[in-house]
Amino acid sequence: MRNPNEIVADALAAIQASPDLQTLEQVKAGYLGKSGQLTELLKSLGAMPADARKTAGARINEAKQAVEAALKNRRDTLQQAELDRQLAAETLDVTLPGRGLGHAGLHPVSRTLARIQALFRSIGFEVATGPEIETDFYNFTALNIPEDHPARAMHDTFYLQSGELLRTHTSPVQVRHMQTHQPPLRIIAPGRVYRCDSDVTHTPMFHQIEGLWVDETVSFADLKGVLADFMRNFFERDDLAVRFRPSFFPFTEPSAEMDIGCVMCGGEGCRVCSHTGWLEVLGCGMVHPNVFRHVEIDTERYVGFAFGLGVERLAMLRYGVDDLRLFFENDLRFLKQFN
Amino acid sequence: MQFPESWLRSLVNPALDTAQLAHALTMAGLEVEALTSAAPPFNNVVVAEILSAEKHPDADRLRVCQVDVGESSPVTIVCGAPNAAAGLKVPCARPGARLPGFEIKVAKVRGLESFGMLCSTKELGLEGAADGLMVLDADAPVGEDFRSWLNLDDTLVTLKLTPNRADCLSMQGLAREVGAITGAEVRLPQIGGVAERIEDRMPVQVSAPEACPRYLARVVRGIDAQAATPRWMAERLERSGIRPLLAPVDITNYVLLELGQPLHAFALSRLNGGIEVRLARAGETLELLDGQIAELAPDMLVIADAGGPVALAGIMGGKPTSVERVTVDVMLEAAFFAPAAIAGRARRLGLSTDSSHRFERGVDFGATRQAMERATQLLLDICGGQAGPITEAVAELPQREPITLRLARLTRVAGIELDADQVARDLAAIGAGVERQDGRLVVTPPSFRFDLAIEEDLIEEAVRLFGYDNIPAQPPAAPSRMLPQDETVLADDSVRQMMVDLDYQEVITYSFVDPAWETALDAAARPLLLANPLASQLSAMRTTLWGGLIETLRHNLNRQQERVRIFELGRVYASLSEQPMKLGGLVYGDALPEQWGAPSCRVDFFDLKGDLERLFGHGLDARRGAHPALHPGQCAELWIDERSIGWVGALHPRLVQAFDLAAAPVLFELDSQVLARRSLPRHAVLSRFPQMRRDLAFVLDVHTPAGELLAALRDVASDWVRSIDVFDDYRGKGMSENQKSLAIRVVMQDTERTLTDQEVDEAVQKLVGAALRQCNASLRA
Repeated sequence: MRNPNEIVADALAAIQASPDLQTLEQVKAGYLGKSGQLTELLKSLGAMPADARKTAGARINEAKQAVEAALKNRRDTLQQAELDRQLAAETLDVTLPGRGLGHAGLHPVSRTLARIQALFRSIGFEVATGPEIETDFYNFTALNIPEDHPARAMHDTFYLQSGELLRTHTSPVQVRHMQTHQPPLRIIAPGRVYRCDSDVTHTPMFHQIEGLWVDETVSFADLKGVLADFMRNFFERDDLAVRFRPSFFPFTEPSAEMDIGCVMCGGEGCRVCSHTGWLEVLGCGMVHPNVFRHVEIDTERYVGFAFGLGVERLAMLRYGVDDLRLFFENDLRFLKQFN
Repeated sequence: MQFPESWLRSLVNPALDTAQLAHALTMAGLEVEALTSAAPPFNNVVVAEILSAEKHPDADRLRVCQVDVGESSPVTIVCGAPNAAAGLKVPCARPGARLPGFEIKVAKVRGLESFGMLCSTKELGLEGAADGLMVLDADAPVGEDFRSWLNLDDTLVTLKLTPNRADCLSMQGLAREVGAITGAEVRLPQIGGVAERIEDRMPVQVSAPEACPRYLARVVRGIDAQAATPRWMAERLERSGIRPLLAPVDITNYVLLELGQPLHAFALSRLNGGIEVRLARAGETLELLDGQIAELAPDMLVIADAGGPVALAGIMGGKPTSVERVTVDVMLEAAFFAPAAIAGRARRLGLSTDSSHRFERGVDFGATRQAMERATQLLLDICGGQAGPITEAVAELPQREPITLRLARLTRVAGIELDADQVARDLAAIGAGVERQDGRLVVTPPSFRFDLAIEEDLIEEAVRLFGYDNIPAQPPAAPSRMLPQDETVLADDSVRQMMVDLDYQEVITYSFVDPAWETALDAAARPLLLANPLASQLSAMRTTLWGGLIETLRHNLNRQQERVRIFELGRVYASLSEQPMKLGGLVYGDALPEQWGAPSCRVDFFDLKGDLERLFGHGLDARRGAHPALHPGQCAELWIDERSIGWVGALHPRLVQAFDLAAAPVLFELDSQVLARRSLPRHAVLSRFPQMRRDLAFVLDVHTPAGELLAALRDVASDWVRSIDVFDDYRGKGMSENQKSLAIRVVMQDTERTLTDQEVDEAVQKLVGAALRQCNASLRA
């Protein structure tokens, strides 16, 4: 019988020298297979005397275990090396950019409109819309602006050859909505409006949002509360200064202009606020009884407030846009800044 | 409206500095738009007299002047101005003076010491001709501080008045208002009657008494129209933005500014007979002061004499009867014209005058005579002459009816309870008569307030005088009701976001476009046209979004943007009742942004169609159609529920050329309301049985649309055929030239059981039969 220790020594050398798993399996077969050296050795035990068999058996088993342990060890090593090779081969340059479409975005006016609508919806305002080609009645008469009223001159109206006009404000939506809905009402009406005016600070088309709240108990104090709350949330500044000044709109009374502390300079005075520290952002007031009369709402039972704000102006202040005309040039380089 | 602060303070002088006064005005609703100094800051400038001016020994253009600056001995000043001459009075900056932009020091000029500088208007930062020294009046007091002599430490206040506050279009009105809001004492000019020294009366007949309820005329004879307008008056006029012209005209302008009453002076000798105030007759014309020949309309009120109109009442006088330098006798007019009789007329004639501005908004009908007396007195004082008696025609003047202000209503509208006594005091302070009754005030507005007629007017006035800022801003209490959320309608914002997610940048283009775009895109387009467009390229209401999208593409291509994917959600305009919302899009350039990980290929029809399928969430019924703006072979009409909802296709090559593009953009436009309609999802039982797939390759005519084949197949498919789709379109090798092969994938699955081979085979046979019958398509061998 060959000395098991010698066989083990050979086997360990062969295992260690196996370059891959396939060779390793062949080495295993050579020692532990059906006719492997250690298997043969075991087979030869049967011819031994009983007491010698016991010791020899124990020695062979030890040898077998040593070889198996070495095999396992080598197999693990080779498998790990294989995995490492695979991982190395599959390694990407993860710093390369991802694949696919580009990224587009909303127009800053839409983005601002959406933000304003979300804020007002959060306190129960519904969105209403109306036509942009309007009649004199809805744009003026029903809003208590009779023909030849000086306020019409403030409106630089575009007229169609057919006699209709392009609405100069979103206020006609108020009238249309009140004609078809009963109070209590809480709406905002976003949309395009048109004025016959074009220079550095005016474009002939721009966007407004009209707001209207009609109920049995709505007051000027509520109007102030809602609009101050809105401005502070829109600009995300709890300490934003606001003020209300008497003004004149034929369709509201009392009427007010709302100013906010300049968001550019913090009220110190800058070019944007003409060094006043204040920005005029919105016109508002309590719905004029003549407007209610046109839509047959009982002025003794209901009161209401309305407001109208310029969307581009708020967008400019919010995002630091310094030229109104950029909004309608649609230069992609400008638009993509808001994506 | 612009005025000098000093004039206002001469009438009412609250203990507020300029900024505080401006703030008080703004917060009372009289918005101060601008405060500007009458002159830029400078100091140490005095009134001086040039005693002598000799040529500089070493410089031809310089003069050496001896100048009296009010000190014991003259000073020497070297001066380069061409008009420097002995006897002139000029401003002189003394050594140490700071002028706008520089400082004056004693300096040697070509070897001679000069003790100061004689100034031009430009050097002082004042308005006026810049060449040469500023020449002062001969009576200017030598040695006096130049600023204080000309009252230059004054502020020009510009107000942005709202149309309801006509009463503040005068210094008197502003003074009253400032008195009411600050409590300061108001000292209005005392106006008495002038002595009547002649008997001449101008006969006045008012034939339109509703339009002209009050008309006053007065003859003044023997004036010197060329008399100098006093400096104080000229200064106030100039600082109010009115250029002094001729004393009688300056006086009427002055009274207009002071009292708010427009006045007119006629050259008496040019008037032919008595005055008639009447409506214009058809065909009448009048040469106005500005030289314009106005064609008068029958709703325009005129002042006429026997020869026809001589003035456009309340708007502008006529040129032939205007006061000139040689005028000796005048007729002064002071009238109250009803706002409704004046409103809009000036605008129709392209005019806006100080007079029409005031009459349109309302002039105090209770102070007409006062204004006449004031103007007469100033005329006599400045131009001399003798005044006759006033002829007055009065009809029915506006009534100031008492208005009831319910205190409970005031509280309800304001949101807080105002102190009734304070409200009564505030309303009295603006000149109203106030009577307190139980729970109410009965208020009679003054004649100069045209904006106080109903209870709301008084509520506004009460809140205004209380101070808008003193009303608390309170979060309103409202019942908490949830807003409806219709799950079967996609909100506009969601559509926008879906487009953005598909890599389309949103744009917003003008609703009015170049009519040439409209007709280029569709020769049959008849867009609505603006009557008063800003420019011809903004004169047609768009009937499609494509014009604006193509223009946006061009704008960006010109700015080196090579890949453009844009959309707009907006209205197009057919008529008052038809202004549908459309979603339009345009793609141009590469399908993907240039990148390392994907090959570059140009975007095409199917990229866009795929985007639309994703947008709708399902396949689209796209049919071949013809659109004038689209490539006839790359154009599809989209249908939903047997209704055409829009178009998708490549821009027609003719237009690609017309719009000067290098390649054709692919465009779509569709009805956004249909797009927004969604069905509520409904769960169907999932099958536990295996699904079977059969791939069928059909050979058919190259011109037969795949859609037709699919429709034919789907038409005969059993209920358990889950889907029938195209997965290949093959032409070329192995096919004849007019044939193509479409590979169709059929997926079958029943929810109740496993389909048998026989069932599947029979179903396939049915499909194959239909393909042959309907589309002449046979299975590929």
